Amino acid sequence: MNLDTLTLVSEQYSDELANYHHLIHICAGTGCTSANSMELLDRLNEVIKSKGLQDVILAKMVGCMGLCAEGPVVNILPDDILYRQVTPEDAEEIIDHLVRNEVLERLRLDTHLPFFTRQQKTALVNSGIVNPESIEDYIAHGGYKALLKVLTQGDRLAALEEIKRSGLRGRGGAGFSTGMKWQFVYEKSNSPKYVICNADEGDPGAFMDRSIIESDPHSVIEGMAIAAYVVGAEKGFIYVRAEYPLAIKRLRKAIREATKHNLLGTGISGTGFNFEIDLRLGAGAFVCGEETALMQSVMGNRGNPMPRPPFPAEKGLWSQPTLINNVETLANVPRIIEKGGDWFASTGVGKSKGTKVFALSGKITHTGLIEVPMGITLREIIEEIGGGVPGGRKLKAVQTGGPSGGCIPAEYLDTQVSYEALNELGAIMGSGGMIVIDDSSSMIELARYFMEFSMDESCGKCIPCRAGTAQIHNLLSLFVEGKATENDLEKLEELCEVVCNTSLCGLGQNAPNPVISTLKYFRNEYIEAIRRNPDAVERMEINHE
Amino acid sequence: MIKQTLTPAFPSDDKRWRIVETAMKRSNYQADALIETLHAVQEAFGFVDESAMQFVSARLNLPASKVYGVATFYNLFQMKPAGEHTLSVCTGTACHVKGNDQIVEFLREEYGLNPGDTTPDGKLSFIGARCVGACGLAPVLIFDGKIVGKLSVDEMKQKIREWVNDES
Repeated sequence: MNLDTLTLVSEQYSDELANYHHLIHICAGTGCTSANSMELLDRLNEVIKSKGLQDVILAKMVGCMGLCAEGPVVNILPDDILYRQVTPEDAEEIIDHLVRNEVLERLRLDTHLPFFTRQQKTALVNSGIVNPESIEDYIAHGGYKALLKVLTQGDRLAALEEIKRSGLRGRGGAGFSTGMKWQFVYEKSNSPKYVICNADEGDPGAFMDRSIIESDPHSVIEGMAIAAYVVGAEKGFIYVRAEYPLAIKRLRKAIREATKHNLLGTGISGTGFNFEIDLRLGAGAFVCGEETALMQSVMGNRGNPMPRPPFPAEKGLWSQPTLINNVETLANVPRIIEKGGDWFASTGVGKSKGTKVFALSGKITHTGLIEVPMGITLREIIEEIGGGVPGGRKLKAVQTGGPSGGCIPAEYLDTQVSYEALNELGAIMGSGGMIVIDDSSSMIELARYFMEFSMDESCGKCIPCRAGTAQIHNLLSLFVEGKATENDLEKLEELCEVVCNTSLCGLGQNAPNPVISTLKYFRNEYIEAIRRNPDAVERMEINHE
Repeated sequence: MIKQTLTPAFPSDDKRWRIVETAMKRSNYQADALIETLHAVQEAFGFVDESAMQFVSARLNLPASKVYGVATFYNLFQMKPAGEHTLSVCTGTACHVKGNDQIVEFLREEYGLNPGDTTPDGKLSFIGARCVGACGLAPVLIFDGKIVGKLSVDEMKQKIREWVNDES
């Protein structure tokens, strides 16, 4: 498919859609399908057919609209009416109201909520609009234009320059410059080279990547193809968690359709560029989100990490230069190519450019997925967009970055979100999971929860991580059970430092973070736990005498 | 290494081995498709036992130790057959803080089940699942692959009792 046929497909499909008076968008993400949204879609189609309205009303599935807790969510266009918690039984009433140009107030969700108006979408721009299982719909919304633009211009350096200018940084957690990463692989002269999309989203409380793939798989594929062209790779792998069956199904379909349209495969769009993508399924190992472990897993081995250097750009898959990017990072790429690096860089703060997708969960009114400009404050995210803490409870802390991250106490809510600011607070941007904790939760128990996770997921290759996480977990249990002493507190701090400094890979190096940050901001809870231990109190008194 | 030319026989005349065979064929019997192959075994049989590992090792021309090492490294591969029904309890953060910690405790106290265990009558397997990414529905239980979300702790307990006592 070349640029002309692409435009033709796009126009034909857009014309087709324009024939309908109303479009009914039904969310087909994991959240809403679990709440029966596909039965709802079937029922709507039945009703539309039985009333002979199939030429004026089109019901179609779309990706996630963000407000997962209110699912199934239905959006009616062009009226822009949003319905929530719709059941198949509501289908008839919805259609009847639509025909009469009335709104079914019973199910209506206010679209003027800050949850909708305060967001700014780049990676999620097609989410909730495009049918994730239709390549034509993606093309009609400007899809694959960026890839064909890059291929037609044939200037790899110019495309690389655009990515560098955008200031895009890795959205998987570490925040390394995407442009630099691409350049390292571009500069390597040996071939073959590989591109990997890291879709092994393992942090508990994070579902950004799942949602992007389920809602808009083609944008990830397009981003990968652009990356491959720029760095000179002909083979790509998407490493996706087996726990995401819907995402896998949609990716498989998207790859098949893209190949059928010659947007993947050999001689893409009549140029000499070849690129094919294989799926690799994870099998439930958190450590495989770490890039060296991930590559081992792609090659069919145990997911044990390797020391770096050599970095993947130098020696990756089968010792060849390999580029690894996260799902969200790649989803931003087509947008940057299309609108320019300067456009992307015009949003954000300091060295953190563009927008970031966050998964809001925990004790918050609007659980779901949001995309906001970098530089927004945590307060705006939680109180305005998220609707605050429900049940009259008080916000205690926000946990970001999952088991590798830390917590941010309520007094820092006015911090602007950026890689640097969050690091400074002892938390990390992470992949984007944001868990809100209210005053009913104990921070020590939360730290122990994350430590239990890291302990279970430690691959066992290096001792500091294998033994250290277990010992930290034991110490934390003493605090939870009220059996800890001052000595244990000292040991805990020392051990955290050792595990951070001596572990082989990111899992171990970051595993103590939840403990370190709770020690920093909620030390009083640890002290109180020691006071609950009668033996320790006795000793404390002797010490003070 | 001498390339194996003899095609190893299926461990039994169970037709499901053909599914596994097809999966290996699709990847040209490449050793790097080991994880994909184990997925196929798990999907076809529900678990990966020793005879399956022996077969895969012979077919992909890999040492049995390597196959065993990979199969045991990844949490998803079960070494023994699962119960008639499988209950996965999401242990992700959002589900944890919204009550699934109490459900894990409940399964232990009421049925003596720890994650990975099956009831003695083979009726129910309990798996502690990592975050399934459906945090918007927290707390999440997955019963035979179907996600059930947004229930209170009492409702969840009620549901589990129904499932366990269900004679069907």
